[in-house]
Amino acid sequence: MASISLKVNGKVYQIEAEDDIPLLWALRDHVGLVGTKYGCGIAQCGSCTVLVGGVATRSCMMPAKSLGEAEIITIEGLAENGGKALQDAWVEHDTPQCGYCQAGQIISAAGLLKSNPNPTDEEIDTAMRGNICRCGSYVRIKAAIKTAIKKGGVVA
Amino acid sequence: MTKINLSRRGFIKVTGLAGSGLVLGFHWAGCTPVRPAEAAKVVLEPNAYIKILSDGMVTLMSPVPEIGQGIKTAIPMIIAEELDVSWDNVIIEQAPLAPDLYVRQSAGGSQAVRQLWTTVRTAGAAGRRMLMEAAAREWKVPVAELTTSEGIINHGKSGNSIGYGDIASKANDIEVPEEVTLKDPGNFKIIGTSKKNVDVRDIVEGKPLFGMDMKKEGTVIAMITHPPAFGMKPKSVDDSAARAIPGIKDVFTITVFPEDIETRWSGNNAFPELVVVTGESTWNVMKAKKALKIEWETVTPGENTEDHMKQMESQISGKMTAPDRIDGDPKAAFRKAVKVIERTYSAPFLPHNTMEPMNFYAHVTGDKIELEGPTQTPQRLRDITAQIMGIPEENITVNILRAGGGFGRRLYGHYGVEAAVISKRINAPVHLIYTREDDMTQGTYRPDYRVRYKAGIDANNNLVALTVSGTGTNGGPVASNRFPAGALDHYAAKNYSLKSNISTGAWRAPRSNFIAGAEQSFLDEVAEACGKNPMDFRLELLERAKNDPVGEKNDYDPDRFIALLNLIKEKCEWGNKVEGVHRGISAYYCHNSYIAQVIDIEMKDNKPVIKKAWCAVDCGIVINLDGAKNQVEGGIMDGIGHALYGNITFKDGVVDQKNFDTYRLIRHGEGPEAVETYFIDNDIDPTGLGEPALPPVAGALANALYRATGKRLYHQPYILELEGREINLG
Ligand code: FES
Ligand code: FES
Repeated sequence: MASISLKVNGKVYQIEAEDDIPLLWALRDHVGLVGTKYGCGIAQCGSCTVLVGGVATRSCMMPAKSLGEAEIITIEGLAENGGKALQDAWVEHDTPQCGYCQAGQIISAAGLLKSNPNPTDEEIDTAMRGNICRCGSYVRIKAAIKTAIKKGGVVA
Repeated sequence: MTKINLSRRGFIKVTGLAGSGLVLGFHWAGCTPVRPAEAAKVVLEPNAYIKILSDGMVTLMSPVPEIGQGIKTAIPMIIAEELDVSWDNVIIEQAPLAPDLYVRQSAGGSQAVRQLWTTVRTAGAAGRRMLMEAAAREWKVPVAELTTSEGIINHGKSGNSIGYGDIASKANDIEVPEEVTLKDPGNFKIIGTSKKNVDVRDIVEGKPLFGMDMKKEGTVIAMITHPPAFGMKPKSVDDSAARAIPGIKDVFTITVFPEDIETRWSGNNAFPELVVVTGESTWNVMKAKKALKIEWETVTPGENTEDHMKQMESQISGKMTAPDRIDGDPKAAFRKAVKVIERTYSAPFLPHNTMEPMNFYAHVTGDKIELEGPTQTPQRLRDITAQIMGIPEENITVNILRAGGGFGRRLYGHYGVEAAVISKRINAPVHLIYTREDDMTQGTYRPDYRVRYKAGIDANNNLVALTVSGTGTNGGPVASNRFPAGALDHYAAKNYSLKSNISTGAWRAPRSNFIAGAEQSFLDEVAEACGKNPMDFRLELLERAKNDPVGEKNDYDPDRFIALLNLIKEKCEWGNKVEGVHRGISAYYCHNSYIAQVIDIEMKDNKPVIKKAWCAVDCGIVINLDGAKNQVEGGIMDGIGHALYGNITFKDGVVDQKNFDTYRLIRHGEGPEAVETYFIDNDIDPTGLGEPALPPVAGALANALYRATGKRLYHQPYILELEGREINLG
């Protein structure tokens, strides 16, 4: 067991958990933020994506202990951290079907727009390729990203 | 206008203020957030679907499980239409399982809208009528002089008007009407418009909605380990390393389904015995699960993919005896034919891979059970839990949560029963969670299939005879009364079935999800052999089925099919050849709906790129226009992805693909860049849309790929054939 400190959505959390706990389970079981989802546990589906220092990161394979002071943003904190336009665009396009993958999709899009505010179609595809949507909402996800860019993108 | 007599429908009128109180956990239909928790009181419940609140807001209950098909939005839209309230004033709540109050609380077969259509319209109309009667009594005027508009009752003559919320308290003694009048479809204001998914705001904000997200005080996390191969069971368990992990509570083996209980429920009961680990948190249970040392023993021999295909090949390559349907004399027709084409198609097992893995909450206390989680069949879950646990049904509650995907997988709620068995054993509330690997290797797969088509063409280049024989694990895919049956003088169809210890289940559009692609690929090849345009070829056959049908049992309506093809033909400008664009068409009828699709492919650096999909749909009246389009887009993406990449293979009963590193799902940039969907405008009662957009797309895709690459595709996943890596049967 270890005492781990995490800075999530601007707040510092002190948790007692296993030494090797991945950020995903630290967030879900210890911090109590369940918006970040489990889909595969091996960094292949993108459901668990969070921003670490502004970079889209698969939390299921990221040891919580390794994060130190890094600024973690989850879907719950995205609106206050510049991502509202993305969430609104997702609503405007009525993007989700089951909805389970969408937090990860939105966070990946936020990571993309932070580093590349005006991506080409191909750059969007490449950046989003790690996020599976089993319901097949890809066309709407892309449209939503483009709408969000038009409406101001992600405020860094 | 349709008049409905209510007495037959067994409506439950909740009289008085029963069930009143604060309405918690609601969702705003209009997505305008935040309503204070001290919400208005329920003043009237005309029936189980409707609660009228004192401030004029209306709570509508959504009885059917939401699995991504949009039913939680669609059913309340229908009720709101007949109740005549503004969608902005509607709050939607998911109903728990309550078979006394609701009809068919299940998500399957694309049947919810179709089967609830009249019932929920009636519920809405009855509520409206009762409020009108209360107003008529209050104003001492005949009810026939009243009209309603968006939650307000008007009396034209006197100029009186009153809101539903204000009159509701005076309607408590109004009888449920014997008869109600339903709206004319021409007067619909909500049905046919686009309303957003009622949970969309919560989804994009990451609110806890799914079974995986529920945290209840004192809940113990449980995980199971099933055998690594079909045909095996645990022999001995060394749990010392697992128990040494901090936070682990217990390790034990359970047998949930005795042999004699509906074996289908657990996916043919492939794994009756499971090893269970329980503990404090997900991560330590996952670790303990990995630390288990289990010895397994073989009960029945493990199977192999190639053997399956060989066995299926031998089933369908023999002479067809005792066909399921026969018209004319196909044998003689083939002898007379100038050209005979024979082709074989196949597809592998597929897992459902819902993004949210199987999980369920159960709490057994004495002779009561609380169940909560994602399920497509809550009632069946309760029935079987009652049987297994020996607890009366009425003591079991099932709370239905939004499911992170269904696709048929959650028709089989064995994981809910498992959770209950574990809860009883450890005497604590349990959240049972499957890992992705547990989920993908558990079975309940779409069966593997193989089918052989044979066509005879006469000297005038007409298709005169067609036979089809097909097989699959636990049942063949052939629907013998579907098109082109009815359009051919000589026709025969036959299904075989392969026995296996690999468990199978319903997977989005069962059987159709394979046979549509095979049939539509074959017809394309036959059209080419006849020297005909594939669109005209299909239309010609349908004209024949319309004007001079063969047989009595044809289960499709040629007129609707023809109108559908004409619609897509017009929309995609079928006749206009665009340089560099390669097109494939397909059309299929299943789940009571008609779908035609065209796929456009362009070659880039010698590789096919899917540019666009066109879709024409006849599902009768469309409830939620944009929601319906979303289903079609998803069905197309899903169908393309699985036809191209989906593949579960076996070696000695062991599944080769265990997670998304080895199992390929379609990803961003791999499907069409755009999907255009058009609906036939008619007043036919609505039919389902969760499944029917998927099956034909494999055919449109294969036909477009043929035109782009010159290669006909017969065996899924197509990617192997495109790359020349298909299984060779020797
Ligand atoms: S759960 Fe982390 S990528 Fe799938
Ligand atoms: S919306 Fe269901 S997995 Fe993406």
